[in-house]
Amino acid sequence: MGGRDATMVLLDENGIRCDGRKVDETRRIMIKAGGLKNADGSAYIEFGDNKILVGVFGPRDVHPKHMSNTDTGILRVRYHMEPFSVGERKNPAPSRREIEISKVIKEALEPAVMLEKFPRTAVDVFIEVLQADGGTRCAALTAASVALADAGIPMRDMVAAVAAGKVADTVILDVNNEEDQAGQADMPIGYMPSLDKITLLQLDGVLTPEEYKKCVDVGVKGCKVVYELQKKALKDKYFGNGGD
Amino acid sequence: MTSVSVLDELKKAQILELLEQGKRVDGRALDEPREIKIETNAIPKANGSARVFLGETEVICGVKIQPDRPFPDTGDRGLFICTAELLPLSHPTVETGPPQPHVIELARVVDRGIRESHMVDVSQLVIEKDKSVIGVFADNVVVDYDGNLFDACSYAATAALLTSTTPKWNWIDDKPTLVEGEETPLPISTIPVSVTMGKIGSHIIVDPNGDEWASMDARITITSDSDGNICALQKGGSDGFTQDEINQCGEISVRVGAKIREKLKEAQKGSQ
Repeated sequence: MGGRDATMVLLDENGIRCDGRKVDETRRIMIKAGGLKNADGSAYIEFGDNKILVGVFGPRDVHPKHMSNTDTGILRVRYHMEPFSVGERKNPAPSRREIEISKVIKEALEPAVMLEKFPRTAVDVFIEVLQADGGTRCAALTAASVALADAGIPMRDMVAAVAAGKVADTVILDVNNEEDQAGQADMPIGYMPSLDKITLLQLDGVLTPEEYKKCVDVGVKGCKVVYELQKKALKDKYFGNGGD
Repeated sequence: MTSVSVLDELKKAQILELLEQGKRVDGRALDEPREIKIETNAIPKANGSARVFLGETEVICGVKIQPDRPFPDTGDRGLFICTAELLPLSHPTVETGPPQPHVIELARVVDRGIRESHMVDVSQLVIEKDKSVIGVFADNVVVDYDGNLFDACSYAATAALLTSTTPKWNWIDDKPTLVEGEETPLPISTIPVSVTMGKIGSHIIVDPNGDEWASMDARITITSDSDGNICALQKGGSDGFTQDEINQCGEISVRVGAKIREKLKEAQKGSQ
């Protein structure tokens, strides 16, 4: 929504960004697998100042029953932001933005989950954004993949996600809130590294065809970095010293 | 959506079989959109309007322009809002009531494509800074469904905006006051064109029709502007794309979009 502001220094003469990062550097990422007692699988992610909790239930019975499919299981995703997660209090009712993001994340996860193994059932993914600071959909998707794996649901691959973008005419990795507001373009990417498949892709902002290709490339490389952290989170829980 | 008939399955198999031979059910080339028909000034009471046929998909867009309060943080810019709605008469499965997620996505993707291209120059739509601005509302209604509503709504809204005129208001006695007889064309800076591609198996097809839409594994909508730059994108559907496919789709969208932009320009000229 508008808000493009050219006065802010997004990239200094040394190629350092407003939060001190280099152009191809992600924010600090911390992923923890598990943590919730009642969910079948869960994960918590801190992605810069984003703090997101994901709980997975299922495969389980579908209610309402008419939603069930006799050929395959179904995936249901709810992305939700807490009223206190942003600067000005957010109305707790689901906004149109949240409904769209829920759908986009669902479709990004579907290629990864072997739903056909569980006909007539549902896998529910609940994403709660506790604090938001730009790039929540990518952080949420990354954590949701870990939570699904933590729930023991058979998967073809995990989806790792991070945004690429453009600030000060330069392609960058992992767009933060300031860069999203004042920058020129934001391209969230979800990617399955083992299968070489992009399952989430959006863009707003103007890119030349060359920049477009570069953004996809930078984003895919970033996803590979995030992927290693997802695997590490699962290893830490299941093979770490003393476990969780 | 809850059940799939045998016929649907057979149709799907036929579509894929034809694609393996490089053909489509309706005889089009893989990168060929359906015929686009644009009637402008379809709704004279609107400030601009268009009725667009994309094959047998039919959309009407009306633009209403009226004074409004600016958003608190953007008092130096007018408003642009684009919506889309599926009318119950457009398809037997459409129900009345609150919009379904796929309709919300449709409206937001169409809005984003036009908004991010900066087609409407909202900086010229200020009546009194921080107090009153001009709001431009492009509302799409889907009248008949045969696939690819993203592009049909986008073309309808773009054609309606291109042919819109805006009244003039002056700030008098702390309120916007209409100045009679001073209509000017809406300030337009570029013509965005969205191109939606479906992926069926490993085939990429431009502008899927209703049957193709029902058979798609994934889709991608890419909007490019008059300079041939890409300004918005949305991937959807339950499968993914390889990086090569994403690059290929980017090229197709700019190339096919350039041809469609000429159609939109013709429609604009035709209405003058």
